[in-house]
Order: sequence, then C-alpha cells, then structure tokens
Amino acid sequence: MKLTRRTLLSSAAAAAAMTMPRFAFAEGETIKIGVLHSLSGTMAISETTLKDTMLMLIEQQNAKGGLLGKQLEAVVVDPASDWPLFAEKARELLTVSKVDVMFGCWTSVSRKSVLPVIEELNGLLFYPVQYEGEESSKNVFYTGAAPNQQAIPAVDYYLEELGVTKFALLGTDYVYPRTTNNILEAYLISKGIPKEDIFVNYTPFGHSDWSKIVADVVALGADGKKVGVISTINGDANIGFYKELAAAGVSADTLPVVAFSVGEEELSGLDTSNLVGHLAAWNYFMSADTPENAAFIAAWKAFIKDDKRVTNDPMEAHYIGFNMWVNAVTAAGTTEVDAVRTAMWGQEFPNLTGGMAVMGANHHLTKPVLIGEIRADGQFDIISQTEPVPGDAWTDYLPESAVLEADWKDLQCGMYNKDTKTCVQLTSNY
Amino acid sequence: MRLTTCLLVAFCLLPLPSLAQEAARIVAENRAQIEKPSRQTIGPLIAELVGSNDPMADDILSAWADKRLVIRKSDSAMFVAVAEGDGFALIALDGTPAGTAAKAELTELKPNAGVRGLIATALVQFTLSDPDPRKRQAALTSIAQDPTAEALEPLRAAIASEEDAGLKAQKVRLERLLTLRFDPSSQARVAAIDSFGSDLGLDLRAALNPLVATTRIASSTPPEGNIARELRLGSDIPEDEAYVLLVAASLAPARLTLEDQRAALLANLKDGMVAGVPVAELNTQAARDRAYTALEASGAVPVAATDDEAKAALKAAKFYEVYVEPDPAVTEAAEEALTRIGTKVGIMQTADLGLDALSLASIYFLAAIGLAITFGVMGVINMAHGEFITIGAYTGYVVQLYVPDYTLSILVALPLAFAITFAAGVALERLVIRHLYKRPLETLLATFGISIALQQILKNVFGTQARPLTSPAWLDGALVINDVVSISYIRIAIFVLALIFLAFFLYLMKRTRLGLEVRAVTQNPAMAASMGIDPDRINMLTFGLGSGIAGIAGVAIGLFAKVTSELGTDYIVQSFMTVVVGGVGSIWGTLSGAVMIGSFQKVIEFFNPSNTLAAQTYMILFIILFIQFRPRGIIALRGRAAGD
Amino acid sequence: MTHPRHRSALIFLASLAIFTIAVTIAAQFGLVSTSFVKTLGKTLCLCLAALAMDLIWGYAGILSLGHMAFFALGGYMVGMWLMYARTEEIVIASMSNGGLPATPEEISQGIATQIFGVVGASDLPAIWSFANSLPLQLALVVAVPGLLALIFGWLAFRSRVTGVYLSILTQAMTLALALYLFQNDSGLRGNNGLSGLQNLPGVTAGQDAVSLWFFWASAAALALTYVGLHAIVSGKFGSVIRAIRDDEARVRFLGYSVEGYKLFVFTLTAVICAFAGALYYPQAGIINPAELAPIASIYLAVWVAVGGRGRLYGAVIGAALVSLLSSWFTGGRVPSVDLGIGTINWVDWWLVLLGLTFVCVTLFSPKGIGGLFDRFAGVHAPDRKGAPLGPDDGSLQEKEAQE
Repeated sequence: MKLTRRTLLSSAAAAAAMTMPRFAFAEGETIKIGVLHSLSGTMAISETTLKDTMLMLIEQQNAKGGLLGKQLEAVVVDPASDWPLFAEKARELLTVSKVDVMFGCWTSVSRKSVLPVIEELNGLLFYPVQYEGEESSKNVFYTGAAPNQQAIPAVDYYLEELGVTKFALLGTDYVYPRTTNNILEAYLISKGIPKEDIFVNYTPFGHSDWSKIVADVVALGADGKKVGVISTINGDANIGFYKELAAAGVSADTLPVVAFSVGEEELSGLDTSNLVGHLAAWNYFMSADTPENAAFIAAWKAFIKDDKRVTNDPMEAHYIGFNMWVNAVTAAGTTEVDAVRTAMWGQEFPNLTGGMAVMGANHHLTKPVLIGEIRADGQFDIISQTEPVPGDAWTDYLPESAVLEADWKDLQCGMYNKDTKTCVQLTSNY
Repeated sequence: MRLTTCLLVAFCLLPLPSLAQEAARIVAENRAQIEKPSRQTIGPLIAELVGSNDPMADDILSAWADKRLVIRKSDSAMFVAVAEGDGFALIALDGTPAGTAAKAELTELKPNAGVRGLIATALVQFTLSDPDPRKRQAALTSIAQDPTAEALEPLRAAIASEEDAGLKAQKVRLERLLTLRFDPSSQARVAAIDSFGSDLGLDLRAALNPLVATTRIASSTPPEGNIARELRLGSDIPEDEAYVLLVAASLAPARLTLEDQRAALLANLKDGMVAGVPVAELNTQAARDRAYTALEASGAVPVAATDDEAKAALKAAKFYEVYVEPDPAVTEAAEEALTRIGTKVGIMQTADLGLDALSLASIYFLAAIGLAITFGVMGVINMAHGEFITIGAYTGYVVQLYVPDYTLSILVALPLAFAITFAAGVALERLVIRHLYKRPLETLLATFGISIALQQILKNVFGTQARPLTSPAWLDGALVINDVVSISYIRIAIFVLALIFLAFFLYLMKRTRLGLEVRAVTQNPAMAASMGIDPDRINMLTFGLGSGIAGIAGVAIGLFAKVTSELGTDYIVQSFMTVVVGGVGSIWGTLSGAVMIGSFQKVIEFFNPSNTLAAQTYMILFIILFIQFRPRGIIALRGRAAGD
Repeated sequence: MTHPRHRSALIFLASLAIFTIAVTIAAQFGLVSTSFVKTLGKTLCLCLAALAMDLIWGYAGILSLGHMAFFALGGYMVGMWLMYARTEEIVIASMSNGGLPATPEEISQGIATQIFGVVGASDLPAIWSFANSLPLQLALVVAVPGLLALIFGWLAFRSRVTGVYLSILTQAMTLALALYLFQNDSGLRGNNGLSGLQNLPGVTAGQDAVSLWFFWASAAALALTYVGLHAIVSGKFGSVIRAIRDDEARVRFLGYSVEGYKLFVFTLTAVICAFAGALYYPQAGIINPAELAPIASIYLAVWVAVGGRGRLYGAVIGAALVSLLSSWFTGGRVPSVDLGIGTINWVDWWLVLLGLTFVCVTLFSPKGIGGLFDRFAGVHAPDRKGAPLGPDDGSLQEKEAQE
C-alpha cells in the first residue's frame, strides 16, 4: 500500500494530539513542504524514490514533534517529466498551496524551468542531484555535487591512481553531460592531455544499441595508451551500456569506466557480476560504514516496506538538505524565506558517510568525494574518500567562468565578476 | 605459493626467527600509507616488502590486493583474513593464527585498482613460473597491461619451462611484444615487428603505435633526431597551430588577443581618454585598434605582431614532425607494419559494421514482426503493441523471481510471455478493435488510450525502477573473431530468434489452414464468410498471434536492453516505420525494411561517431523521403492483394 | 434573424466573452491565482491548436499526428526573440560597468556566451540571425512552420500518401524534428531548450499583469480564429473538404484539385498551430524538444476526439476539459479514494483513467461530448437498420447524411 497524504495526515494528527498538548492552538495549522518530483513520465524512474524519501523524512520529523510546534505537511505534485509543467506546478505550490519550502527537480532543464518562478515569487528550493554547476540562484540550495565535487576528483583519480592517458567521454545528449564534458576537456588539456586523446560521444536518452560505441572505445587502445571511460550516461540507457560492456569482455583493469550518474538504484536493474571493478564517483555510497548510515538504511527499508530497496546519493542530499532546513528554521524561528536563507549559510549537519557537511554562502555544500568500485552484489567498495570539498558554483577550468564567483552573504550576488568587481546579474541565467 | 614454500623451507634450515617479523615491522612502520595508499607513492613500500625475504610478505601483499587485509575495529590491529563460514579466520602479520571475527568487527582495506596493479606487477617475477596456472595467467595479464623493460628477462626465462600450450603461446607473443619495444638490439626489434606480419591484435597495435608517435616542432634549421617529415604550411599544419609552435620555439612574439588589448587599454585609461581617444568612442573595434597603435607608438604597451609580421615569421620558419623513437630502422619497420595492418583493420571494421547493422536490423525486425501481422496483414493500427512488448519483458522478470535458474527461466518465460500477450491481444481484439474495423483512424486512438493506461498500470505495479532480466551464462560474452570483429552472443541469439520467427510466419501463412483463412479474410471478409470461414474467429486468432509474438520479442529485447515500463515506447514508432517502409502486407517487406533502416543507421553512425542522435534523426528523415517516393514501401503488393 | 448554422458560433463567442470577463474580474479581486490565469491562458492556446486539428481531421479527414511540431516551432521562433532581447538587456547592463564602452562584437559575443554557455558553446548560430528583431522573428513564426508544412504536405499529398500512412508519416516528421532539436548542434540549446520566456524584455509589470495580457491575447486569438474557421467550414470550401474526407476519389473525378485543397488545409492549420504556440510558450516559460514528442500530437487528436470531431466547439470543449482535468489530477489536490483493499492515489491512476476514457469515447460515443448537444437539441441519427451508408462508411457520415 502506498502511503498517501490522507494516512500521513491522520498519523500526523495523531502524533500531534499525543505529544504536543502545549501547542493545541496550532492544531490545523501546518508547515507545508512542496515535493516537486516527477511521478510519471521518463524521469519517474529516478524521482519517485526521492518523493518517498521526502515523505519519510517528514514523517520522522513529525514523530519528533514537528517544527516550531507545528506539524509538517507534504504537498506532493506530479510534474510528469514535463518541463513546462515544473514551472506551472512550482507556481501552484507557491501561490495556491502556499508551501514554505520545496524539495524537488532532477534534471537540469526542470530546475531551469522552475528558476524564474521561484526567483519571482521568492520561494525556496532544495535541489538534490549532482549537476553541471555554472549557476547559483538566491532561491536554490544545491545539495548535490557540483563538477568539482564529483567529476574533477574522479578524473584526478584516473590520472594519478590508474595512469589513464586517453579519455573517452560518453554522455547522454543533454546539458549536464555537455557542460561536464566541456569542463573536463578544459581540465584534461590543462593537465597535458592532448585534444586528440579525448574522444567524445553523445547518445539519446534511453539509448540501447551500444555495440558500435563500445567497439569504438575498445579500439581507442590501439595506440598503446591506457584508456579510461568517463560516463555521464543518464538513467536506464546505462543498463544497455553495461550489458554491452560485459558482453564485450571489457574488464575494469584494461578499460575502467567511471560513471557520474550510476548509483545503487541504477545497478539494481542489472546483474553486476561482470562489472566488478568499474567505478562510480558520488558523495555517498550505501556501503558507507557509519552508524548514521545504518540507521538511515534501516529507516528507509522500514518506510518503503521492502528489504531489497537501496539508498543512493540524491537521497542523502535530501536527507542533509531537509535536516539543514529544519535546523535553519529552528534557528530563525520562522519559515520566512529570507530569514531561513540567512540561517542556512554555515549550517552544519553530519554526512551519512562521516564528517560534517557545511552549507556555503554560494548555496553549495562542502562534502567529501567518494570513489567506489562496483561489487558483484550491486553495491560499491569505497576505495577513495577525499577531504571535504567545497562546492564551486562557477568552475575554475573554463575561462568565462573562472572569473565568476557566487557569494550571497558578503557579495550578495550569484554571478560576481572578480575582474571587473561587478555583479553580472542577480537573477539567474536560465 | 611455491616461493613461499621455498622460503619457508629456507627459513627452517636457517633459524632466523627475526626475519619472520620483518614484513610485520615494515607494515607497522608504514601503517598510515598502507591504509590510504596511492599509486604514486606506494612503489618503494611494495618493493621493500618484496625484498624483505619474509615468507609472509607474499601473503600480505596478495591479501592486500584481494581486499582481505583487515583492521579489527576493537584494537586497530591488522590481520590477513580468510573467509570462513559467515565470518573470517584471522592470521596475524607474523603468520600466527589469531582466531576469528565477524564481518562487522572488521574494516577491510580497499586499495584502488592502480595500487592493486602495482602489487600484481611486483609479484610477477614470483608467479610467472608458479605451479598454479591461474596465477601464471594473472602474471601474464599484469605484464600485458603494464609492459616494462624489467619484465622481459623473467618472461624469456619462463617460456621454456611452460607446459600449458595456451599459456606458452601467450608468453611467446608477449615476449615478442616486449622485444619490439624494449630490446636493446635494433635488429631484434625489427625482426620482432616483422614476425607479426599483418596481425590484427589490439595489443600489437598498442605496442607499435607508440613507436611511431611524433612531436611537431618549429625550427629555422633541420632539427636533430629521427625526422618523420617536413610539414607544409597550410596543407599539413594550419597557420594558427604553426604560429603557436613558433611562439613556443621563441621564434616569434605572441599575438595580441582581444582580452589583452582591452586590458591594456583599460590600464592606460587617463581622464576619460586612452592615448588621446575618448573612452566613449572606444565602442568599435577599429577605434580600439587605433588607440592601441597610438599606445604602441608611445611605448606604453609592448609591440604586438601585426598580421604581416606574423605571415613573414611563418614563412621564415620550417616545421617538422620528429619521431619520439630515435632508431630510424625501428620506426620504418613499425610504419610499414602499421600500414599493412591498417588495410586489414579497415576491411575488418567494415565487416564489424556489417554485423552491427545486421544485429540492429534483427532487433527492429523482431520488434516489428508482430506488427507485420496485426498492421501488415490485418491493417489494424495497434498503438498498444509497444506495451505488449513491455509485458513480455516483465513476464521474463517475474519468471526469474520464481525460477532462479536463468536457462530454465528463459525457457519458461518465452512460452509464458506468448501466452499472456496472446490472451491480452485476444481480449483487446474482442473488447475494442472488433468494433472499429471500419474506422481505422479511431482504432489508432482507442489503442493509444489502451497504451497509456497499460503503461501507467505497469508503472504502478512494477514501480518505475528498471528491473533486472539476466541472460543465462551461456549467452554471456561475445563471439570474438578477432580483435576488431566481435558480436555478443545475446545479439546472435536475437538474430536466430528473428530467423525462427520469419520461418514460422512463412510456414503459418503459406502452409497452414489458418494462414489460408487469414489471407482469405484479409482480402475479402464477406466472401470468406460465405465460404464457411468465421471471420471473427480468424481476426481474433490473428491479432492474438501478432500480440503473442510481441511478447516473445519483449523477452528478447529485455535481455539485451532494459526492462522498464517505457521499453515498448522506444520501439513503437520505429516498428511502424519498419513495416511501412518495407511495404505493408509482406513479411519480406518488413524484413527488408528492417535491414535497410538498420544498415542506414549504422552507416551514418560510422561517418559521425560522436553523435548517435544525429544518426537517428537522419534515419527518420530518410524514411520520410523514401516513403514520398515509394509510398507503398520497398515491396509493394500488386493486384487484388493490394486492397484499395 | 441569424441562420441556424451560425447559432453555435454566436453562442460560443458569447460564452468566451463572458468567461474572459469573469476571469479578469476574478483575477482583479484575487479570487483566482496567477498560476491559474496562466493555466487558463495556456488552455485557450491549446483550444486554438485543437481548432486547427479539428479542421484538418474532423473536416478534411486527414489525421495528422504531427501538428504539435508546428505548435512548438512557433514557440521556438518567438522564444528566440524573447531570450535574445532579455539577454541583451542583461549583457549591456553588465558591460556598462566594465570601464570601456562595449563594441557591437563584444555585445553579441556576450549574448552568445550567456545563452549558449550553459550548453557549452559560445557562438551564436546562423539561425539566430534574425533574433534581434521582433518583427522579423514574428514573421518567422508564420514562415518557418508554414514553409515546413507546405513542403512536407506537397511531398506527401503529391505521392498520394493517405490514411494511416499519412498519420505515421506525420508522426515520423515530428519525431525527426524533435530528435534534431535534441542535438546540441542544432543551435537551439538542445534538451535545455529556451527558458525564462515569461519574462518579457522591457516590461516591468509583474507576472500577475503579464499573465492577464496573455490570457486576453489568447482569448482574442481563439475568438478570431473561431470566426474565421466557422466561415470557412460553413461555406463551399467546407463542403469540398468534407467531401474529400468522405470520398476522395469521387471529389477528384468531379474535377476538384484534391491535393490543392489538402495542401491548403494542411498549411493553414500548421500556421494556426504555430500562432497558438507563439502565444502558449511565453506563458509556459520554457520550450524544449520534448514538446515535439509524438505523444503531444496524439494528445491533440485525443482532445478533438473527446470533444467531438467535425464541429468547432467540440474541439474547444475537448481540449479545455482534458487539459484542465489533467492539470487538476496531477496537482496532488484531488482526494485519494480508499477502496478498502488499497487506495487509489490519483497522481498514480489518473493516466489509467484518461486512457480508458479515450477507449470508451471512441467505442461508445464517436461524436464525443459534442454528441450530447445533439441529444439536447433533439437531433437523432437516422435509423438505417445497420445498412451501410456508402462504400467507405466513416463514423460521421450518419450525421452528415441528415444535415
């Protein structure tokens, strides 16, 4: 049975009645949290899990007594993987449901669609997915990784630990792979890798015919350089890709693949025994050995009533984002957006992988980068964990972005040109 | 292991108990480095361990590489762990057993692949002649991945004693590959290169290509070294690139970029004027150039090369490509060998492309064959056909939940998928399509409604995550003809399945009573009915059959791609186009449609390897144009069978 | 007074006027939210597209499954100007702080970097050449989709592609266009598309005002198009295209240029769709290639089918009803239904309901919702006791026969 809003509300009401007699006057008044994740359409595969995560976090918080003496209420909408609908639903959440905060979006284009609306109406959005950077909005907190928290460390690992000197950048044809690959190309060239040793390929969403591309990549090894694949292939196209890799007998020793969009959730869709040793870079792996993580996994499995469900990085991002927001609201004593935003800067919360995540004034998190090797059971062996890396909104490796900086606290600008010392624009470049 | 035993024997003979502590001591001293190793710095430590002569060093290193070196959480002591039941048996670093522990009490050290490679390389000299063939194989793999000059001598020494024929062949090949790169004698290297002939091996090309690697330099006089060729400006090397080489060789000053110019102008901004030009006028490039020239004249900024000066500098210099490899005999032999191989690789690549195209064609054919029956023969547009494919794939997934043996589960899933989608097809025909035979466009709409409803129901039932559908082990891997041409077994299986369906379809339509009746009902239902054929029954069976085949196709497609509720959607438009391009009503048409679409797509991919999306776009454009010129498809039915 | 044939058009125009005024008043008093005004404005644009679909399918019998491609192209054309002009404002404002006045090259370079930086390019592609001029770009709104429809239609009708083949061909057209636009190299920002379109350059009024302007514009466009199309279909031209729908060969033998009529209708409807798209996307705020996916055009056909083909008000009713219901059900504010064994969560089950509704409408009510009006008006189809109406009996001939 799915947990619906009605059951949630009734349990919430019951909890309120039992634990909070003092705030009897607040009964019926709730703090509303908008959950803006696609429940149908192509992105439902990834986003439904995040909706469930939010419902779990809200339920947990209500069990702890709510927030500011009020119960939290989730308002779940379905933007149906339709980008204009994201903007419409966001406007609806802010003006009709009057939510205090929103957690949502997965693809960059959905975020770009929502941005003008929340900037206009001064809403607050927590965005939980690793993304291409080059953005810092006053009204968004980015709890996923920026390129320097995922892509750059992974490339460093290739260069330093695996001695890779030739790169194949494979991606799905949309903005995240395009921008990430641009940054990586600039970074690799700065590291002395010649341009002709960087092979780039873009495939459509849901691509399934991988044999020629895999053959092309294998053939790259013909000039005697160690080849490494950097995959920004999105979603279920990965399944066909990994199946073809396995069939071609490509072992991680000869041709390692590091993926930025493949986590436990994606691997649960295939047999990983042939993929052992291939890599993924994230800020979280389910196999992290900490008590917080064990508790989170246990709570998740109990909530979703399925012992086989896995946890993944964007879930941790929502976990950190939600708890930081709760703490910021508690500190500010109100859910009013500007007060909460000010309270968010410098907010700390323990990562599930150990250490503390810190929210920077550029609205990005500081957190460690993990590199994991795929195991036969679909989990990852964490083989490298960096010191906490502050998320960089504007990359240092593209000339146009290197001069830009985001700082909402002191500079009060998300796109500040350090050379001309001016704020290029206050609202975002959609 | 033999080394360990040898050493153990040696230690028993020479009572030197302190040596047995040596490895443990080294580990203890470098504990931090071992817990967080880096390929860049761990080399000396591994060498020290290997050189320690401690019998445990080998065990510790291999345990470390296997992620079996553990730390007990309670006291941070380090052990070698051996899996035992649910937990591990622990062995202390000096070789003494240290009891057991559960997994939760231990932290495993996980060195990265780079470090593991170094450990394997360090252990190579011991394991090249190890009694265990698997260890010898691992040693060879390790050398092949990381060829070094040091490995050449141990490898040569290990050839004679090799008994396993397969391993011996590998060793001989590896020895020649190492010879052509690292042997001190020029003749030996050339001989090794020539001995390969036009071998297609990727490893050979990987060894040869670095020999012919070149660098480009600019120079006013012919440079020292093994010159590959002189570059002609313009045709061999673009002018911009050549100028960069000139700057690098300090033969010319750097060109002025627009940003530099802007910065220089800003730096010389005084009282709203730059070199006498008012700032407000600097809003065109010409004005900025004027101001900069004025600044140059006053000496305020360095003189930048003008276009004419740049041209002159380019003319004055010469550009060369120089081999990195100093030995001309070797580079010449390598170039020749690569040319030989290159031609053959080209032919093989074409063959591989052909195989890929054939495989893609068989997938399209398989997805479309059900439609060839429902749409091609009956003329019913069934937009829910894609969902029938999806249902087939999910059937495969559900069967695997209950039948863990993959081979058996596939054997169960195929007929079951047929049965389920057959039933679904019959139900759809009876409940909906039957009423709409006279209104084909509305069939399209109604079945589209069914399609979105089914898709959402599947999503609600199975969730939105992709579900695993694993092929049996005998379908794993690929048929490798050589290092260029290979095709995965699963694709071969799909190809065979497509052939079986083709044969089945032909047999059914041409040789059975049902086929005869189907053809009769399609051509003239009223006449068929008056001959005693029940058109309702025939329509129902035909539609069920087409849907059932879609179910089987779903299992096959799920095996090689993914199982999600969107699986069918990806194929539906393509399938319709396959049928239409081929020519409605003819199975040979569908076949040729699939072959044409598959090959065309692969050919475009070949010309534009970095953008697969473009290939799909042009493929559809091509189909649109093709239908304009052959509206009835490749194989057009003529006469009465053509219907309208 | 008025000919009964025109009665439906008058009733429609009156209802539209009342509706527009009511929404405007309600918005002034804050009774409906800005987001709902936007939704209504967008719905009117969809109704406009549905009108075009009704003309080509309901009247001319050509089931085009690619008309949303023209709708989206119109949106792209107007979006290019919106995006360019807005970015130009930002770039000029930011460059004025740079010390030196900007050169025209620097400005266009700055605009290109702003627009395309996010997809990893920094040059303005050639297709943006006219984006700096509103009149030129507005001309393209009509010219580009119109020309595409003209060429495609000419090719298709010339080679006598008809029926379901044409449907599949138009579907292939929109798929090819969508895939082309998905590519980053197409110069329209690939998957990201054009965004931030609701912010009109040079306009300082808030979205509450802007949304009303667009609502009025959409209502006016719908009214004008309705009148125009009503005039077309109730005249001689309308009779010819209905005749083509019912028996193409006979019309050809009567000496009419069937291909010419079809091509005209195809191009005209494409232009109407493009116009609707140009009004729709500034309200939606973002346009990207997913808008051209084949399914969008199928929905368009479904709206018309649900509303009732072959009558203009039917298309409008169908489009408005289905898209508003869709918006309501996915909004998460519909209470779940507890069935005892499980709960029906409408967000999950809405599509199932919608799909089954199509099936039922097609099976049991081929005239769609418009059929209900016939019943109220007491119009009944003649009872032919199952005898066929002609050689190629379509669902609408029964109705046509008694007119």
